[in-house]
Parts: sequence; structure tokens; C-alpha cells
Amino acid sequence: MAEGLKMDQLKITRDGAPLVAIDRVIPPGRVLTVMGPSGVGKSTLLAAITGTLAPGFACTGRIILNGRDITAAPPHSRRVGILFQDDLLFPHLSVGENLAFGLRGGGDRTARRSRIDAALAEVGLAGFADRDPATLSGGQKARVALMRMLLSDPAALLLDEAFSGLDADRRARMRKLVFDRARARGLPVLMVTHDRDDADAAGDDVIELRPGAG
Amino acid sequence: MAQAGLLRALPALTLVAMLGPVAAGLAGTLLPAFGHMPAIGAHGPSLAPFAAVLAWPGLGAAVWTSVFTGLLATAVSLGAVVLITAGWWGTRPFRWLERALSPLLAVPHAAAAFGLAFLIAPSGWLARLASPGLTGWERPPDWLIVNDPWGLSLVAGLAAKEVPFLLLMTLAALAQADVARSLRVAQALGHGRIAAWLFCVFPRVYAQIRLAVFVVLVFGMTVVDVALILGPSTPPPLSVQILRWMGDPDLSQRMTAAAGALMQLALVLGALAVWIALERLVARAGRAWIASGWRGRGDGVARVAGLLLGAGSALAVLGGLATLALWSFAGYWGFPDPLPAFAGSKNWMRHGPGLRDAAADTTLVAGIAVALAVILVLGCLEAEHRTGRRLHARGMWLVYLPLLVPQTAFLPGLQTLLLQIGADTGVVPVIAAHLVFVLPYVFLSLGDPWRAWDARHAGVAVALGAGPGAVFWRVRLPMLLRPVLTAAAVGFAVSVGQYLPTLLIGGGRVATLTTEAVALAAGGDRRAIGVHAIAQTAAALLPFAVALAVPAILWRNRRGLHG
Repeated sequence: MAEGLKMDQLKITRDGAPLVAIDRVIPPGRVLTVMGPSGVGKSTLLAAITGTLAPGFACTGRIILNGRDITAAPPHSRRVGILFQDDLLFPHLSVGENLAFGLRGGGDRTARRSRIDAALAEVGLAGFADRDPATLSGGQKARVALMRMLLSDPAALLLDEAFSGLDADRRARMRKLVFDRARARGLPVLMVTHDRDDADAAGDDVIELRPGAG
Repeated sequence: MAQAGLLRALPALTLVAMLGPVAAGLAGTLLPAFGHMPAIGAHGPSLAPFAAVLAWPGLGAAVWTSVFTGLLATAVSLGAVVLITAGWWGTRPFRWLERALSPLLAVPHAAAAFGLAFLIAPSGWLARLASPGLTGWERPPDWLIVNDPWGLSLVAGLAAKEVPFLLLMTLAALAQADVARSLRVAQALGHGRIAAWLFCVFPRVYAQIRLAVFVVLVFGMTVVDVALILGPSTPPPLSVQILRWMGDPDLSQRMTAAAGALMQLALVLGALAVWIALERLVARAGRAWIASGWRGRGDGVARVAGLLLGAGSALAVLGGLATLALWSFAGYWGFPDPLPAFAGSKNWMRHGPGLRDAAADTTLVAGIAVALAVILVLGCLEAEHRTGRRLHARGMWLVYLPLLVPQTAFLPGLQTLLLQIGADTGVVPVIAAHLVFVLPYVFLSLGDPWRAWDARHAGVAVALGAGPGAVFWRVRLPMLLRPVLTAAAVGFAVSVGQYLPTLLIGGGRVATLTTEAVALAAGGDRRAIGVHAIAQTAAALLPFAVALAVPAILWRNRRGLHG
């Protein structure tokens, strides 16, 4: 099966000591939830897939995305989108410029601008393009971060405690927003969380990482 | 790939730019010191240059002044900073002091020294303000305050400038130490505020500012411009005498200067050894003190002393600048009038053409040196970020090294070397010499904020398809614009303040505001000195205003960047 995100005998070591081992396939539109106590290597697993492992960490095995081996690909050409607990919007860019940063190149000015406006409208933020991201509420920032990531046309979606910063009500709505879009676009989703509710909302595969289980 | 290779070469290139001239200068000192200087027909080895230094009748006093003023100025500034932070950290007076002292860091040493001299001299502003009402003086008393044989006014001038420097280094170190909780624990155990600080916080902080303290010691022992203005003159400190030998029309005196420079270097190493021994002693005494259970509850006097020392440092520099400004606009100013007759812009007009030329040279040298330094430092930090290899403790020694080798030890050698290989003195070598001192300060200023940047922004940008170059240019650099500009302003102020490199390496053909101002020291034309010292201070401070204004205007609608 070539479609989806395949972690083939993926093993991550820290200074030579085993940390995380995983061997799974996430089919398009499906969610794999990874749970476990902090420090167990959940975020490290995501860093291995985005290609941004910190020095001292190493990984063996293969990462295959829609049939393409991206294990050794440079991070910016992997087409793996990621959302963190913090929105990490670029503070020096307006909301629209943040989205333009994500939007893949191509298309003339007007076309790009209208795609950005449409993306904002899609998450109820029509007319926000020229706003300073620092003036947005937490939920609004999270939605901008989501659309910025989706505009970069990723082939897989990683969530690193992406909903932990929101209150219960916003959290449920944001989860639905993210999962709906991932499903609509057929994106495999790898979600790292310590919240059982997140896993239940995904309603899909769950694996628990345990300390020293690598 | 070529780009990546260039980036990887930048740290090595930076080291060469920073340490190359130092090494070349030391090598260029070594040969003439042992009587080998083929350019003037001297073929060593010979010990004659050392014999010449030893035969100089002022040697004993000059050595004593260097060691005494260096150690005392360092001890006083460090002591003041410790008392200020220990007694007042986290209080309102502390924030006030911090705000008053921070901009003083940029005031050039020479301007601060002139200001202090004009303030405390027998005919200075303080005496004028107090006379004849408090003192009964109708004429300035015949006291030797400035240029006193003990070098006490030199110590005061150095300390007034080093207190802001050490305070800022301490504040940077405090940001990484868990101060508030340590203090609360110690105070809950019954320790007074200062005792709690000395026992729990100071050891951690000192470990971090230790190299900066060494820099202060080396600088104090070997400074030339401040010593010319405030130090004793017969005999002068060793560093000033080395400069005199260098300037002697008899070229063979350069070998004497080289021998003197090597002795200066040995002297500095000796003083550092003494300081390190003192560190051990203080540490042992501190442990004994802690073990004795002493709580130091009655520390009110020490707290007041700290506040006075801090305020004294700020007032000495600010008051000095005010005096200089007064003189720059002064017409007739007879003693003991508290204020001069206002001469309008007459003094400024008279020195206008010279100032313009000096300002142009100053800006040219500082501008290019700072641009090179910022490019090299950003390259080093970016290479560090991409390879994930951080500068370790030994690397920090390398950054500090150009500041720890006395200027008087290697600059004469560098000049002699340039002379011997037939390279021209002039603007380009001066820029290279300034770069040696600008680089470490730009590195120290930019390193912490650059590394403190949330690297997840890079992770996000990369996941959005941005390559490493785009992350640097489109995300990290704009987000860190303010610290980059501040570091550039620090570098600019360092370059503006350089006296000896400009004088020696410029071969008299590069006249900056600093060399022009210091050259006036012997003449005693207070109006001319006022004009030049104020212009010099403005040249050092203006870039800081730019560094504040540009991000404020550029990011006026970006609240997230005004944390």
C-alpha cells in the first residue's frame, strides 16, 4: 500500500540509547494518536518525521509518504505540516502575510490574495488579512495557524499537543475543524497528546509510549 | 552548496579576523623587543631594548601606577556592582539605577574621562558651584586632583565607566540564575539581604561575568586615552610611556617600546594571577563565613553604600557630560562663576570643519567595521544553528581573547610589522584593527538574544516549505531586527571609542573624533575639548537611537515584537 504515512521500522536513539520505536502505517484521512507521559519522546518522533531532530538524536528505518521515501529529504521539501500547542504565527507578518508564507508559490498576486481571503473566510476570519496576529484571540490564532499550514499543501499532518492551549469549548470545535479538513483532503494525521479526550475525538488508532520501551 | 560551504567557513574566518591581528601583533612585538628590526638595520638578538626600558628612571613608578590603578579600579567597580545588585535587585531604586547606567555604557571612555576632569578639577564645575559660598575660594586652589601621582582620579574615571559595564554583564547573567527563589530560601533561613545574595547568588553570577572582570582589569592596567587625560604624567603609566617611545622620531626607540610592551604583557599576566589568587581567598573566606552561621542582618550601611556608589557612577559620567556641554557653548567663564557666558554656536562653528572631517573618518571606519562584524557574527550564529554545535566555555575564551590581550602589547608590534612588510598604514588597516575589538562585543551582545529565539518558528517555517536561507532572511532576521541593530550600535560605540588602534595603525592619517579629542588633552583648551568630547559622545550614542527607532517604526503595528 503506497498511500498514507508509513513509519517503517522507525527507531529513534538519543546519544545511542534507544528512545522510541514505531512501525505503523497511517492511511489517508485516518488518525494515529500517540500518548504517553512527557519526556517519553513523543515530540521527538514528530521531529524525526519533519526532519528537524535536535543534535544528539538519530533515527534509523524509513519514513514513506504516499510512496515517496522522505527519510533523508531536507525538511522543507517533505511536505509534512505540523501544528504546535502555541500558534507560532510569525509576529513580524500580518495575518495575511503569515498565510502567504505558507501558500505554495505560483499564481499571480490577485489569485494568491483571493486564496488567502477564501482561507480566512473558511474559518470565520474574513477581513482579518491586514490584522496584527498579536491582536487576535487564542482561538483565532489557532485557526490562522491551521490555515497557514493547510495552504502549504501538506501531504501529511502532525499535531503536537495542538489543542492543549485552548479551553474546553474552543478545543472541541478546533479538533473538529482540523479532523474534518484532514479527512476531506485525505491527509494521514499523527497526533501527539496527553489528553484522552483528544484521542477519543479522533476515534481511531491509539498507541501508548512507555518510558524505556524503545 | 557553495553557499553552505561559505557559511561553514565563516566561524574560521571570524576567528582569523579577531585573533589574526593579535597574533601578528604579538609576533611583531617579539622580534624588535629582542633587538631585531632589519628595517632600521638592527639585527638581533640582543637584550639592549630591555636594558633601555630598565634604564628608564620612571619605570618603578610607572609599573606601580599600572598595577595599582588596574587592580583598584577593578575591585571598586566589581564591589560597587555587587553591593548594588545584592542590596537593591528587584527594587524601584534598582530599576532607576539600571535605566540611568545602561546608556552610559556607550559613552566613550575619553569623553567620560574629560567630563570627570572638568567636574572634579580644582577649577572644575563642582568647585565653581561650591565657591565662594561653601569654600571661600576666590581662585582655584593649587591642588593636584586630576593627574594625581597616585592615579586616584584615573581609578575614579575607570570605575565610573566600568560600573555600568559590569552591571549590564551581571544583569545578563542574572537572567539565567534562579535568583528570586534562592534569595527567598536564604532569607527564610534568617540571612540578611546582602548576605543571602553573597552566599547564594554571587558565586553563580561571578562564574558567568568572570571573563568580563578580567577584561576590566586588563583594560584598567593598560588604557592609554583615559590615562593621558586623568592619569599621572611624571612618570605616566607604562602604557602611555610605550606610546611615547612609539612616537619617538628616533626609530630605534620602537625596539624599546616593543620591550616595554612585552613587559606590560607580563605585568598583566601577573596581575591576573594575583586576581585569581584573590578569588580563591575570597571563596575560602566566604565558605568559612557561611560555616560560621553568620547571618549579616545589619546590612543597612552596605546597602546605602551600594546605592551611593551606583548613583556616584551615574552622576560622575552624566555630570561630566553636562560640564562638557557647558564648556562647548561657553564664552568667558571666570572662576568661581557657576555658569559661563553663553557663546552660542561660536565654539562649534570654529571647530566645524575639523569636526566634519573627523566625523567622516569616524563613520567610515566604524560603519565598515560594524558591517563586517555583524555579517561575521550572524554567519557564526547561523552556522551554529544549522550544525547544532554550540559555542562551549573554551569558545567563550576565544571571543574574549582580543579583549584580554593588552592593546599596548600587540598594537605597537602590528604597526611595526605593517611598516616592515611595506604595507601602508591608513584606513584599511585601521578598520581591520577596529574589527578585532568590535567583533567580540557584537558577538557578546547578539549571542544571547539570537540563541533565545524560539527555534520552533524555524521548524514551522521549514514545514511550510521554506529552505534554511528563507528561514534566516524572512523569519529569524526580521524577528531579531532589534537585537541585531542594538548589537550594531554597541559595535559602533566600541569603534568610535577606539584611540590606540586608530592612532598607531592609522599612522596619523586617520583622524577620528576620539583621536582629535584626546590630542587636545595636553593643550587644555576646554572649549575645544568640550566640543570634541560632546561630538564623540553623540557619535557613539546616535546609533542606539537608530536601533530603538527603526524597529519601533517598522514594527509599529506588530505588538508581538514589542515584548
